[in-house]
Amino acid sequence: MSYKIVSKQQLSENVFTIEVEAPLIARARKAGQFVIVGVSNEYGERIPLTIAGAEPVKGTIRLIFQRVGKTTTQMADMNVGDSFGHVAGPLGKPTHVQKFGTVVCVGGGIGNAPLLPIAQAMKQAGNTILSILGSRNKELLILEEEFKIISDELIIVTDDGSYGRKAMVTEPLKELCRRNPKPDLVVAIGPTIMMKFCCETTRPMQIPTVVSLNTIMVDGTGMCGGCRVEVGGKTKFVCVDGPEFDGHQVDFDQMMKRMTAYRKLEQQALDAYQEHRCKIGLDQR
Amino acid sequence: MSLDEARLHELLQKQQAGQVKAKDRYEIPSQPMPAQDAVVRRSNINEVALGYTETQARLEAMRCLQCKNAPCVEGCPVRIRIRDFVAAIADGKYDEALAIIRENSLLPAVCGRVCPQEVQCQETCTVGRKFKDVDKSVSIGRLERFVADRHKGGLLPKIAPPTGKKVAIIGSGPGGIVCAADTRRAGHDVTVFEAFHKPGGVMVYGIPEFRLPKAIVQEEIDVLKKMGVKIVCNFIVGRTRTIGDLMKEDGFDAVYVGVGAGLPRFMGIEGEQLVGVYSANEYLTRSNLMRAYAFGKGSDTPIAQSKRVAVVGGGNVAMDAARTAVRLGAEKVYLVYRRSEKEMPARVEEVHHAKEEGIEFHILQNPKRILGNEMGHVVGIECLRYELGEPDDSGRRRPVPIDGSEFMLDVDTVIVAIGNGANPLIQQTTPELEFNKWGNVIVDEKCATSMKGVYAGGDIVLGAATVILAMGQGRIAAAAINEYLAKG
Ligand SMILES: Cc1cc2nc3c(=O)[nH]c(=O)nc-3n(C[C@H](O)[C@H](O)[C@H](O)COP(=O)(O)OP(=O)(O)OC[C@H]3O[C@@H](n4cnc5c(N)ncnc54)[C@H](O)[C@@H]3O)c2cc1C
Ligand SMILES: Cc1cc2nc3c(=O)[nH]c(=O)nc-3n(C[C@H](O)[C@H](O)[C@H](O)COP(=O)(O)OP(=O)(O)OC[C@H]3O[C@@H](n4cnc5c(N)ncnc54)[C@H](O)[C@@H]3O)c2cc1C
Ligand code: SF4
Ligand code: SF4
Ligand code: FES
Repeated sequence: MSYKIVSKQQLSENVFTIEVEAPLIARARKAGQFVIVGVSNEYGERIPLTIAGAEPVKGTIRLIFQRVGKTTTQMADMNVGDSFGHVAGPLGKPTHVQKFGTVVCVGGGIGNAPLLPIAQAMKQAGNTILSILGSRNKELLILEEEFKIISDELIIVTDDGSYGRKAMVTEPLKELCRRNPKPDLVVAIGPTIMMKFCCETTRPMQIPTVVSLNTIMVDGTGMCGGCRVEVGGKTKFVCVDGPEFDGHQVDFDQMMKRMTAYRKLEQQALDAYQEHRCKIGLDQR
Repeated sequence: MSLDEARLHELLQKQQAGQVKAKDRYEIPSQPMPAQDAVVRRSNINEVALGYTETQARLEAMRCLQCKNAPCVEGCPVRIRIRDFVAAIADGKYDEALAIIRENSLLPAVCGRVCPQEVQCQETCTVGRKFKDVDKSVSIGRLERFVADRHKGGLLPKIAPPTGKKVAIIGSGPGGIVCAADTRRAGHDVTVFEAFHKPGGVMVYGIPEFRLPKAIVQEEIDVLKKMGVKIVCNFIVGRTRTIGDLMKEDGFDAVYVGVGAGLPRFMGIEGEQLVGVYSANEYLTRSNLMRAYAFGKGSDTPIAQSKRVAVVGGGNVAMDAARTAVRLGAEKVYLVYRRSEKEMPARVEEVHHAKEEGIEFHILQNPKRILGNEMGHVVGIECLRYELGEPDDSGRRRPVPIDGSEFMLDVDTVIVAIGNGANPLIQQTTPELEFNKWGNVIVDEKCATSMKGVYAGGDIVLGAATVILAMGQGRIAAAAINEYLAKG
C-alpha cells in the first residue's frame, strides 16, 4: 500500500487539504469516521484526522488538516507524489444519520472539515440544514462554498468582523434555537471550548446536541485508553465509542485538561523540526 | 582454560567413558544467566539477560538427568521434546537441538526468553524437585534461547505446492504468526492482516526491548515473508473490511482470528482521568512501538517525563511498565499490588530484575483514589492496606482492605496494569460469531468457532494468557484449517 498524496491545496494560512491513495478506506468509510496517519513508519507519531471526503472509484480519501504542531507541519511540507508511512481506518463509529427534520451544523475553525461530510449526509437524508461557520477572521474561513451548496441557510461569523457577522458561533446558535419550531438536532464541531459553549447554549432548550471529540489518540482501536473521556459519568473511549457523543453528557473541562498533557514536549518537537527545516532549506520553498 | 571450561572438559571425558552418575550431575552448579549490570541498565533499553556462553549451556545441559518419563515435557504447553534437545546440547549438537525444538515451537528465541518456565516446564523438572527449589531446575528456557540465538535467520521450511485456497490471519501476534507459517507450509495462499503499522502483536508493542529485542521478532516476520506469506499492515478487520467481506467478497476460504486481548481495564476510582494516568498498554505502546524513549533523538512520540511513578498490578505487564519508567528516567518507581508477593503472576525473573533495578514493592496495598492539582495533573495516590482473607474462586487468598489504613504516595504518574478485557470490534462486526460473556470467542478443541471456516486462538479466546499458549493454539487452528481446506 503506498498512501501516496495525489493532490494538495492550501485552503488558508495554516489549513491544507490533500487527497491520499487509500482505496480500501475510500470504499468502507462513512460520514463521521477518521483515519490514523503517520508520516514515517519508524519514529512517527500517530495522529487522527477525519475523513473529509472520499472517491471510492479513484481510491482516494480527502483529509483537511491544520498546521498546529510537528506532525501537521511535516505534513504541510509534503507534496504530491510523497507517501505517508501509514494510514489506517476507517475508525470510529459512523454518524447516526436519519431524517431528524431541521439540523443546525455549527463549525468552528478546522472543525468545518469533520463537519462537512456529516452535514452532507444529513442533507442527503432529507434534513433541512442550517449552518453556522465561525473563524477568527476571513482568511481562516474554510469550506464556505461546500457548505453553501448543502445549506438551506448559512450564517458566517468571525471574531474580528472581517467577514460575516462579528460574533461567536453561540450567538446565532441561540437565535436559531429560539425559532419556532425548534431545530431537532444540533451538530457542533470545533475547538473544545466552542463545543462546550454550544452545549451550554442548547442545554436549557433541550435540543439534542452532538459533538465530535478530538482527544489525543495512539492506536485508535480501543487498545490503549489514551483517548478516554467521561461521558455521563462513565469512561468512554473516543476512538471506539465515538468520536461523536451527546454533548450534554461530556465532561469538557476534564477533557481540555487532558489535551494539554504533552504541550511542552509537543513544542519541543516542533521547535526541533523547524530548526531542521531551516537547515535543509525546506522553509525556502 | 577457565574453571568452567575445565569442569566441562572433565565431565565430557567422563561422559564418553559412560561414567557420569546422577551425583555428578547434581554437583554441577546451576548456571547463572549473565546479565547487564543493574545500575548500568537503568539508563539503557538494551536486553538485560545476555544469554549463556557455549560452556555454560553445555554445563547446564549436563545437569539434566535424562529422566525416562521426562516430567518436564508435561509442563510445556506445546510438549517440546525437552529431554532430547537438552541431550543434543550436552553433545554439542546445537542444530539438532534446534530442529527438535522447532518440531513443536516456531518461536524458540521468543519463548526461551518470555515463557513463565517456573510454572511450566521447569516446575516439574526432577532436578528442581530433588533440591526442593524450582530455581535449581534445569534452565530449559535459557537453553532454548541459547540454541535459537546461535542460529540466526531461521530455517526456511518446505512449502507444499499451491492449493489455490486462501487463508486470512487476523492479528500478527504469536498465534497469528504460527498459524500463518503452518497454513502456508500446506501450500495455501496466506495473508496476515494487522491493525498496527508494524507486525508482531504484543511482542512488539507490549513486551519491551530490554526483555525481548524487536530484532528477534522482526526475524520471525522476515521468515514468514520469505515463505511467501503476505503481510498487510494498517488493516483493521471489522473496519477496513469485515470477516464477512473477506470470506464472501475477497475469496478467503478460512480465517484465523488472533486479535489478542486489547481493551485495558481501569480501576474505576476517583481521579483516573487526570493527566499522568496511563493504561500500561498506552505507556508501553508509546515507549516501545512508537519509541518515546528516543524522544528528541529521532522520535517525536511524547510520554510523561515522570519523577515518581506508581504502577498498579503484579503481572508481567506491571513489571514491564515499572522497568520502562525507570529507563525513561523516573527517580522513584513504586509497584502497588493488592495481594502478596507469592500471588504475583509475573515471571520470577522479572520480579527479581525489577527489584535489582530499585523498584520499590508495595504489596498488600491498593489505590483508593488518585489526587490531582488545579491543572488536572496527578500529584499523588491514596492507598489502602490489605490483609489476606479466605481463598477466592481462583484459589488465591482474597485480599481484604484494612479499615482506616489509608496513606498517601507522592507520585506524578500512575500506570494501571490490572489486565485487559476483550476488544469488542470483531464481536460488533461479526454477528455470526459466538462470544462468551467476557467477550472472548468460543471455540472447540480444534479452535473452530461457531462460524464455518473461522478459527480463533490466543488471548481473544483464553483471556490474557501467554505467548506459548497463543502459539499452541495457532498451531492447533492451523492443523484444523489445513484439514478443513483439504476436504473442500
Ligand atoms: C477523531 C479526531 C479527528 C480529527 N480530525 C482532524 C481533522 O480533520 N483536521 C485536523 O486538522 N485535525 C483533526 N484532529 C486533531 C489532530 O489529530 C491534531 O491536530 C494533531 O494530532 C496534531 O498533531 P501535531 O503533531 O501536528 O501537533 P502537536 O504539537 O502534537 O499537538 C497540537 C495539539 O494537537 C493535539 N494532539 C496532539 N497529538 C494528538 C493525537 N495523537 N491525537 C489527537 N490530538 C492530538 C493536542 O491537543 C495538542 O494540543 C482530529 C482529532 C481527532 C481525535
Ligand atoms: C506488557 C506485556 C508483557 C507480557 N509478558 C509476557 C511474558 O513475559 N511471557 C508470556 O508468555 N506472555 C507475556 N504476555 C502475554 C502475551 O504477550 C500474550 O498472551 C500473547 O502475545 C497473545 O498472543 P496473541 O496471538 O493472542 O496476539 P497478540 O500478541 O495479542 O496480538 C494481536 C494482534 O492483533 C492485532 N489486532 C487486534 N485487532 C485487530 C483487528 N481488528 N484487525 C487486525 N489486527 C488486529 C493487534 O494489533 C495485535 O498486533 C505479556 C503481555 C503484555 C501486554
Ligand atoms: S516453550 Fe516454554 S514451556 Fe515449553 S519448553 Fe520452552 S520454555 Fe519451557
Ligand atoms: S525433568 Fe528435568 S532432569 Fe528430567 S529430563 Fe526433564 S529437564 Fe531433564
Ligand atoms: S486511541 Fe487508544 S483506545 Fe482510543
